[in-house]
Amino acid sequence: MLVDILIDGLIKGSVYALLAIGFSLVLGVARIINIAHTALYMTSAYLIYVGTKIMGLPAILCMVTAIFLTILLGLLIYNFFIRPIQEHEAAMLISTIAVGMMLQEVFLMIFGGHYLGVEPLIGGYATIMGVRVTNQHLLALGLAIIVLVSVRFFLMKTRTGLAIRSTANDREVANLMGMNVTGVAFVTMAVSVGLASIAGAIVVPLVTVEPTMWMHPLIMMLAIVVLGGLGSIEGSFVGAYILGFAESLVVFLLPNGSFLKDAVALTIMILVLLVRPEGLFGVSFEEER
Amino acid sequence: MRMVVAYIRRVFKILRAEVLVLPSRVAVLVFIAAVLALPLVTQDYYILRIMILTSIFAILAASWDLLSGFTGQMNFGHALFFGVAAYVTALLNLRLGLPPYFSIPLGAMGAVLAGLIIGIPCLRLKGSYLALTTLAFPIILMGLVFAFPGITGGELGLSGLKKLTGSRVADYYVTNVLMLVLGGIMWKITDSNTGIILHAIREDEVAARAAGINTTRYKLLAFCLSGFFAGIAGGLYAHFMRLAGPSTLEVGLSFQVIIWSVFGGMVSIYGPIAGVFILNPFMEVLRIFLDNFPSLPEMRMFIFAALVLLTLRFMPEGLIPWLRDKVESECPRCKVRNVFFRRSCRICNAEMT
Repeated sequence: MLVDILIDGLIKGSVYALLAIGFSLVLGVARIINIAHTALYMTSAYLIYVGTKIMGLPAILCMVTAIFLTILLGLLIYNFFIRPIQEHEAAMLISTIAVGMMLQEVFLMIFGGHYLGVEPLIGGYATIMGVRVTNQHLLALGLAIIVLVSVRFFLMKTRTGLAIRSTANDREVANLMGMNVTGVAFVTMAVSVGLASIAGAIVVPLVTVEPTMWMHPLIMMLAIVVLGGLGSIEGSFVGAYILGFAESLVVFLLPNGSFLKDAVALTIMILVLLVRPEGLFGVSFEEER
Repeated sequence: MRMVVAYIRRVFKILRAEVLVLPSRVAVLVFIAAVLALPLVTQDYYILRIMILTSIFAILAASWDLLSGFTGQMNFGHALFFGVAAYVTALLNLRLGLPPYFSIPLGAMGAVLAGLIIGIPCLRLKGSYLALTTLAFPIILMGLVFAFPGITGGELGLSGLKKLTGSRVADYYVTNVLMLVLGGIMWKITDSNTGIILHAIREDEVAARAAGINTTRYKLLAFCLSGFFAGIAGGLYAHFMRLAGPSTLEVGLSFQVIIWSVFGGMVSIYGPIAGVFILNPFMEVLRIFLDNFPSLPEMRMFIFAALVLLTLRFMPEGLIPWLRDKVESECPRCKVRNVFFRRSCRICNAEMT
């Protein structure tokens, strides 16, 4: 039981961390609340399903292609539907909601509302402290941690990462320092969508693939981002593990747990906000005027 | 008798001098007349049902605009007010047997209470934080609804409420006249001193506070007012559908409210109402139209999303403000609106550019 909760919480936390970090990057750099973020995660899951189950291609190839195609789709959406109306916050928000709905409806049209599944990349299981854990779970955990570490490296050690962080910190000053803010926004969008699609590729063997699978991660992701502090990468990381563990505890321990998992996560978020209105790691910076 | 004649003459004078000179005001007049006259043209059960639901959702969308558009307190969880009012109304009606004209206002008071409860933590938050936090409340409540099926009916909800009125036409007039009256009241609120203060809070809260306005109190007032109007919509919905289920708390409904309002045009009260009256019947027409092609997959929501996306791509201000700017222009000197083809302003005679 304990190991179950531990492994489940770690995997959920890592996937949520991938999603929330991507979401916070775009929110920080381009000021977009991208509701369609988890819809792109779903897109990558569906593409992998098509590749492995319908076309019968090898799994690794499918994952890489799916990630690239999803990034391309994300950039096209950003360029044609979000960037032209950047000045109008409400309109931009609705556009991302509409994009999410469109993707959901497209998958509903093509595949119907069936619960689909993808076979695990590797079979078998390992025994940890007397509990069977499938190798796929361990692989997912390992991949997620590798990606998280490399994102950290990318943001902290490379020049592009520096550009992203400084644009998120102060867009106008970054522009004045001669940075190509539009270009940075594109790169950030690509990284963000890339993280979402990697998250999709990692969890696709562990979850059921269906057209509304983006709703639950969306709510968890929004809660995590608020909990950790908007735009803060560390905050998203810590928040993701807190809510990931909270979710698996609720699901494993409470009798009506699966109904209450959203409610408990969001209650934690509200309790934290009552004590710290700027989130766990948020900095309360000067109001923009 | 002479007083009546004088009164009618005054009404005509206002009509000629103030209403008929502007296409937008004529459009409002035509809209009100059309809403009131619809049952004279058709008493079709199905059409009336669509229009009743449309008017209920119009109240909901306008109340969202009062809070999120005018006061700038972006609310992603507007379904909370709707759902709380629907459940309170249903419980009062089923357990205590209260008739609709008591249970709906009491349900709305329940929504006001919900507005106070969520308003107090939310007042400390701003912008995106506020938006994402308010999203949480209806989801928490929905979790509770599913976890305690004994009180709330769980997944099936509470059904078997009393009918709103005896007949469908009476239902139609109750909901639509209420929609017009409440819409008018909300529009008046935004035009009053309170409305100007709410507007100031949206534009610059720090400056409003510096001007000696207790912004906390006014934001709480906005939450309560918006909750009250949304609550009436929720109560009407519960009594009309004779059901209060978890669908009234869904994230989808909260998003739908925002889509209607932004599509129609925020910060105008009439924009959201127009948005609902365009999109909701359009969806039903689309359903009937697509039913003729059973071989096609279910693509209604896809068309809806695509329509919204394309409209906002080219008219990011919303449909109604865009149309209004096409047919009217503002006088550069006295800021009065004029029909687009006038060469000189109708008030101050300044040349229109």
